[in-house]
Amino acid sequence: MRLLALDTSTEACSAALSVGDAVLERSVEAPQGHAGLILSMVEALLAEAGVALSALDGIAFGRGPGSFTGVRLAASVTQGLAFGAGLGVVPVSSLRAVAWQAIGVSAAAHDGVLVCNDARMQQVYWCAYRPGVDGLPIALMEEAVGAPESVLRPAGNAWLGAGRGFRAHPALANLVPGTPTDAFDLLPQARAVLALARPDVAAGRLLPPSEALPIYVRDEVAKPSSARPSSS
Amino acid sequence: MRILALESSCDESAVAVLDDGRGLLSHVLHSQVDLHQAYGGVVPELASRDHVQRLLPLVERALAEAGTCADELDGVAYTAGPGLIGALLAGAALARSLGFAWGLPTLGVHHLEGHLLAPLLEPDPPTFPHLALLVSGGHTMLIEARGLGDYTLLGDTRDDAAGEAFDKSAKLLGLPYPGGPHLARLAERGRAGRVVLPRPMLERPGLEFSFSGLKTAVLHAVRALPASAGEAERADIARGLQDAVVDTLIAKAVRAIDATGLDALVVSGGVSANHSLRERLGSAARERGVRVYYPRPEFCTDNAAMIAVAGLARLAAGERDAPGIRARAQWPLVSLRPPAAMGADA
Ligand SMILES: Nc1ncnc2c1ncn2[C@@H]1O[C@H](COP(=O)(O)OP(=O)(O)OP(=O)(O)O)[C@@H](O)[C@H]1O
Ligand SMILES: [Mg+2]
Repeated sequence: MRLLALDTSTEACSAALSVGDAVLERSVEAPQGHAGLILSMVEALLAEAGVALSALDGIAFGRGPGSFTGVRLAASVTQGLAFGAGLGVVPVSSLRAVAWQAIGVSAAAHDGVLVCNDARMQQVYWCAYRPGVDGLPIALMEEAVGAPESVLRPAGNAWLGAGRGFRAHPALANLVPGTPTDAFDLLPQARAVLALARPDVAAGRLLPPSEALPIYVRDEVAKPSSARPSSS
Repeated sequence: MRILALESSCDESAVAVLDDGRGLLSHVLHSQVDLHQAYGGVVPELASRDHVQRLLPLVERALAEAGTCADELDGVAYTAGPGLIGALLAGAALARSLGFAWGLPTLGVHHLEGHLLAPLLEPDPPTFPHLALLVSGGHTMLIEARGLGDYTLLGDTRDDAAGEAFDKSAKLLGLPYPGGPHLARLAERGRAGRVVLPRPMLERPGLEFSFSGLKTAVLHAVRALPASAGEAERADIARGLQDAVVDTLIAKAVRAIDATGLDALVVSGGVSANHSLRERLGSAARERGVRVYYPRPEFCTDNAAMIAVAGLARLAAGERDAPGIRARAQWPLVSLRPPAAMGADA
C-alpha cells in the first residue's frame, strides 16, 4: 500500500510515506513555519521513495483537534494534493494518533490510554481509548475540549496518560499513575496517522478530496462582540 | 496561456479561469455575508473555516464551467496578501498544493494589484501610464501606475478607508450588514444639502484623505434626529455622507490629474461600484479630457477574475513563487516590482 500522511496539528510538523511495509518519514518540532515546510517534506519523501504522487493509494491527514491554523494547513494541502493527483483522502484524529503512539511507548499491559493534548487557553483536547484487537486504539467517548479539571478517567487503574496536556497541567498525571513520563511528550505524528488510515484505505473507505476538512472540537470561537469591522 | 486563480483574502471565496487568448472562461464566488451578519463584521476565524470548505468545490465548478481541465492549465495564481492571514493561508495552501500535484508554476498575487488591474477585463481596457483611484473596504489610495508593478503612491488615507466610512455610517443608521451598498441605495432617496457633513481634507493641499471624522458627524446627525423622524430624514443623512465622501474623492482625484498630467484614470475597489461617484467623477474627468475606466460592478468588490489578471501577467513574464506556502497579512503595494523571471521552484 502506498500511502502519504501529513500532520501539522501541533508544534510537530510531519509527513510519512509508506511503500509496502517500509515507512519513510520527516518530522520536526517547531512552534511555527509548518506552512513553509510541509510541501518540501512531501516532495523529499516522494523523491526518496521514487514514487509519483499520482501512484499513491490515498492521502491521510491529521484532521485535529489542534491548532486551528495547523489543522487547516493539513486539510488544505491534502485537498490540493489529492484533487490534483486524483486520490481519495482519510481524515485521522490527532488525539487518536497520540493514543497509537503511546501504545508503542509502553510495553506494559493497561486498560487504555487517556490522551490530553494541550489546547492552550488553560484547556486540553482529550479523549479516552482502549486498545482494539488489532492493537489500534478505539475511542470510548466523543472528543472533548475543556479545563484540566473536566478530564475524567474511565474505570480501571492501569491507565496510560499521553500527550502534552500532561506537561502543561501536571496535576493531570494523578489520573494516570505509573505512566512513563515519555508519553507526556508525545505530539501527533504523521507515521501514526498513516498507521491508523491503513485499514480504511485497505477497505476502500476513502473520501473525496473536498471532504478533507478539519475537526476543531473547540467550536465556540466568536461572540457577537468579538467581531471586527469588515476590511481585509 | 491559461491559469486558475483563487481569492480568499477576506470574506469572499472565489475562483476563476483566465486565458490570454480567449479571455475570462469562468468565475465563481461564494460570499460569507450571511455567516458574518450576526457579528456585524467579519470574524477572522469563521472566515478561515469557511474558506477551507468552499474553495475546492469552487475550483471544481470553475474548471467545469470553463470546460477545461488541469492538462490545459499553465499555472495557478492566488491572493497572497494583504488580508486576514488565516483566510489567505487557506487559498495559498490549496493553490500551492494543486500546483505541486499538477506540476504547474504558482504565484502569490497582491490583492490590491488585482483590484488595480480589474478594468483590464473589460473591452477597451486602459493602458499604462495612468492614474488609479483605489477605493475599497480597507484602502483609499491615489496611485500613479506607470506599468505592471511600477506604482507610486500619491495619496493615502490617514485613518478610515472610504468603504469603511460607508460601512460604519450604515451601521449607525441601523442598516443591515454589510452597509455600504445599503447606504448608497438609501442616499439615492436623500435630499442634497439637508445634512452637510465636514470635508476636512478639502481645505488642505496634498492628496491625503481622512474619513474617520465622518462617522462621528453621522453619529451626531443620527442623535439629533427628532423622535418623529422617518425614512426620509435618515435618507438625508445617508445622502450627506455619500456626498461628503464622493466630493472628497473627486477633489483629490482632480488634484492628482492636474499634478501628474495623466489623461487616464482607473477607479477600482468596492466603492467604485457607487453610482454617484461614477456619475460625478465622469463629468469632472470629461471636462479635463480624461478617460475613466472602471471594472464591471461585480469585479469592483473582491473576486478571483482580477487575481487571475494580475497572476497571468506575472506568470507569463516568468515570475514564480519561492518555495513554501506563504501569505502576508501586511504587504505594502509600493513594495511591488515589475515581474521578475525567477528560478522555477518545485
Ligand atoms: N455601491 C457602493 N457604494 C459605496 N460603497 C460600496 C458600494 N458597494 C460596495 N461598497 C463598499 O466596498 C467595500 C468592499 O470592497 P472590497 O471588497 O474591494 O473591499 P475589501 O476587499 O474589504 O478591502 P480591500 O480590498 O481594501 O482589502 C465595502 O466597504 C463596501 O461597503
Ligand atoms: Mg478587496
